[in-house]
Amino acid sequence: MASAREMRLRIKSVKNISQVTRALETVSASKVRKAVNAVTATRSYATKAWQILKHVAEQPGRDTLHPLLARHGEVKSTLAVVITGDRGLAGAYNSNVIRFTAQRFDRNPVPVKYIAVGRKGRDLLLRRRKDVIADFSNLPAAPSFVDVSAIGRLAVDEYLNGNVDEVYLVYTDFVNMGRQIATVKKLLPLELGGEGRVEDFEHKAPGPTAAYEYEPDQREILDEIIPRFTALQVYQAILESQASEHAARMIAMRNATDNAKELIGALQLAYNKVRQQAITNDILDIVGGAEALAAK
Amino acid sequence: MTIRCEIVSQDRTVFTDDVDIVVLPGAAGEMGILPRHAPVLTTLKYGIIKIRKGTHEEHFTVAGGIAEVQPEIVTILADAAENVEELDEARAEAARKRAEEALAKGVPPDTDAYLAMEAALRKSNLRLDAIRRYRKGGMRIPTSEN
Repeated sequence: MASAREMRLRIKSVKNISQVTRALETVSASKVRKAVNAVTATRSYATKAWQILKHVAEQPGRDTLHPLLARHGEVKSTLAVVITGDRGLAGAYNSNVIRFTAQRFDRNPVPVKYIAVGRKGRDLLLRRRKDVIADFSNLPAAPSFVDVSAIGRLAVDEYLNGNVDEVYLVYTDFVNMGRQIATVKKLLPLELGGEGRVEDFEHKAPGPTAAYEYEPDQREILDEIIPRFTALQVYQAILESQASEHAARMIAMRNATDNAKELIGALQLAYNKVRQQAITNDILDIVGGAEALAAK
Repeated sequence: MTIRCEIVSQDRTVFTDDVDIVVLPGAAGEMGILPRHAPVLTTLKYGIIKIRKGTHEEHFTVAGGIAEVQPEIVTILADAAENVEELDEARAEAARKRAEEALAKGVPPDTDAYLAMEAALRKSNLRLDAIRRYRKGGMRIPTSEN
């Protein structure tokens, strides 16, 4: 058994760690509140925008309506935008996204290029020797649409240039504080079935029965909404991911604090036993000495 | 027979209900949308959305956006939208003053700041106009339109 001194030091260091984790938990708790407000505020707009994009994609002759709606004949290359955090200490948050990405794309029939959003994801992708064509790290907390629009624009441009023939978005969907799900969503070309959780709005509109009338005119309105609404999905995915990251970190840090408390309790008990044993031994020594003296 | 109307601005859901008629400030002029309307996709100008359900009327200011009309639902994605009843007249007035003063000071035109100011001015004018014209029991000033 370790000496009493060693145990005292160990207890002290565990206490220090628990203080750090508790502080991180508190910080994350306030960040998560802001991030959740941001994500729930914009969710309904993003959902509706996505729904309208889908309706446009259901229009007859979609391939000629707008270059972003046109499906490339043969899929020769795939682009995945992978959204993770810049920091660790968030439980399995970052590794879940990367593991999910690997499951989804490692056996992809065509080459996959990656855009990494977040430092952790970039590092993990590079370590797995993936073809990372761009990296967006150190995003501000609670970014505005303008802050992240470059990411969406890059993905859209790659698609328009014909460098890639489909674009996926991998992010973490924020369900609630205890539940965040790594999700993949096909961004381009628009898919009618769809993946992800975004479908569950309460009022499901029936599919359009006739072609749209456009005002002012088709070109103008599609040019305005399709690129913007596509970029908006990237923005929403980033907000979902940030809320998930803070929630995951908060839970991870709370667990760490709880574990530290438990460990301190166990160590304290063991330390008390050792201390008690030492005192008993001392007393026995003294009594033994006294008896030896008396016996003389 | 009613039509579902959903007004969503970038940061919240402003209105959701089944209504009798929706009047939109479309890019090509006002459009009244009744149930079973043909599908339309239109941009919106700065203006007022009027909604009627039975005898009850509601008005919303909208600062541009997109509306999608389907036979059973109108979805309005507004850049900004408020119920006229919820508008704060004093704040809109203050915002208008601020924007006017800034413009009068001579921000160089065609810069982002100028455009933002101009948009703010248009928005607060729209709000003030809406309050005067549509607020229930609010002050009514006769205007040339209407």
